[in-house]
Amino acid sequence: MNDTTSSGLRGSIVEEELTLTTIELCRACNASESHIELWVAEGVLQPSGASPDEWRFSGRSLARMRAATRLARDLEINSSGVALALELLDEIEKLEARLRQVSARPPRP
Amino acid sequence: MQYKDYYEILGVPRTATQDDIKKAFRKLARKYHPDVSKLADAEVRFKDLNEANEVLKDPEKRAAYDQMGSNWKAGQEFQPPPNWDAGFEFRGGDRSGGGNPFGGSEGFDTSDFFESLFGKRGRGGGGPRRSASMQGEDHHAKVLIDLEDAFHGAERSISLRVPKEGADGRVALEERRLDVHIPRGIRAGQHLRLAGQGAPGSGGAQAGDLYLEIEFKPHPRFRLDGNDVYVDLALAPWEAALGATVDAPTPEGAVQLTIPKGSAAGRKLRLKGRGLPAAKAGGAAGDLYAVLTITLPPADAEKALEAYKSMASVFADFDPRPSRGG
Repeated sequence: MNDTTSSGLRGSIVEEELTLTTIELCRACNASESHIELWVAEGVLQPSGASPDEWRFSGRSLARMRAATRLARDLEINSSGVALALELLDEIEKLEARLRQVSARPPRP
Repeated sequence: MQYKDYYEILGVPRTATQDDIKKAFRKLARKYHPDVSKLADAEVRFKDLNEANEVLKDPEKRAAYDQMGSNWKAGQEFQPPPNWDAGFEFRGGDRSGGGNPFGGSEGFDTSDFFESLFGKRGRGGGGPRRSASMQGEDHHAKVLIDLEDAFHGAERSISLRVPKEGADGRVALEERRLDVHIPRGIRAGQHLRLAGQGAPGSGGAQAGDLYLEIEFKPHPRFRLDGNDVYVDLALAPWEAALGATVDAPTPEGAVQLTIPKGSAAGRKLRLKGRGLPAAKAGGAAGDLYAVLTITLPPADAEKALEAYKSMASVFADFDPRPSRGG
């Protein structure tokens, strides 16, 4: 096996520091532009900008798009089913966060 | 190599119909899909499910698998019997039949067991050959880091195995080592983009990018919940009862923590801003929660027994198991 080393690499935290264009998101998720448009139409992705050429996606869109692609592929569900699943997962996450806050308060005497 | 019982993985009897298998797979796949399940081993289970389904949904592969007999136990040391697959012919092994409307060419890794029987699944292989100049593909990899790395930032060496086509056209695995700076404040599930570290471009075009998904190694002491860090803090019964000031561990060193008197086990004390730091100036840092536990001193010496006995008489009315009304 060959061996190569690249050193001193510095990256950007996608979720904190970057916004992505439609083309960048396509490449990063190995998806076509029409898939991205589909997820935008379903509300799974919410870019700023008026048209696909001007769309800017938040860094969080990367993980969301990848999750949507995996769910659609692995569970064979259609796009609105995926959108529903992702919304419900978001809801669960919010409720769990609230549950943690409540249980973090000192117990009532 | 260990035998895998695909029927057991899908929870169906060996006599299951193709329809039963499909139903069982769909149900379990929804339950254990790594994007849905919170279980730590969801990814492994989902991989097993996919593999079991891959074999059992295909009548030819299933028949060949069945032919090896039902005497094998899951986990048993396994070698395929000679000529076990004689008389069977497997099709290309393309999972979705190429008809997936959602794209995404990532397959799933198969186990050694699967590969010994059915060969390696066609994994990527670089996709369709493109002509002229073409920017390289973006790649993804997961990276495990220590919790402390997110507090202090760190230099980490990462090894990736990437298939590379040699001059002779044969694809060999190449080990790539990357020395990467892990920025302070990075969170689990976030991605680090390394520009130009993906697949090389063809015809002089730019290379793709590499996305590293960050995961934390389990820490022996600290637990993570989003940006918040939890740590168990053991107290002596009198510290909890009378109040005390004790050293509490945090990923950035011990801090003095005041325990209010009358603290019960399970109480969480919050240290604001002592959780994961913010990656950007002005961002919000997480909090640290010390979860109180109470450790009883051993009752093995005469004096200790005396102390417990005198507690028992002082607290004669104390009922640790009050029956709840209703």
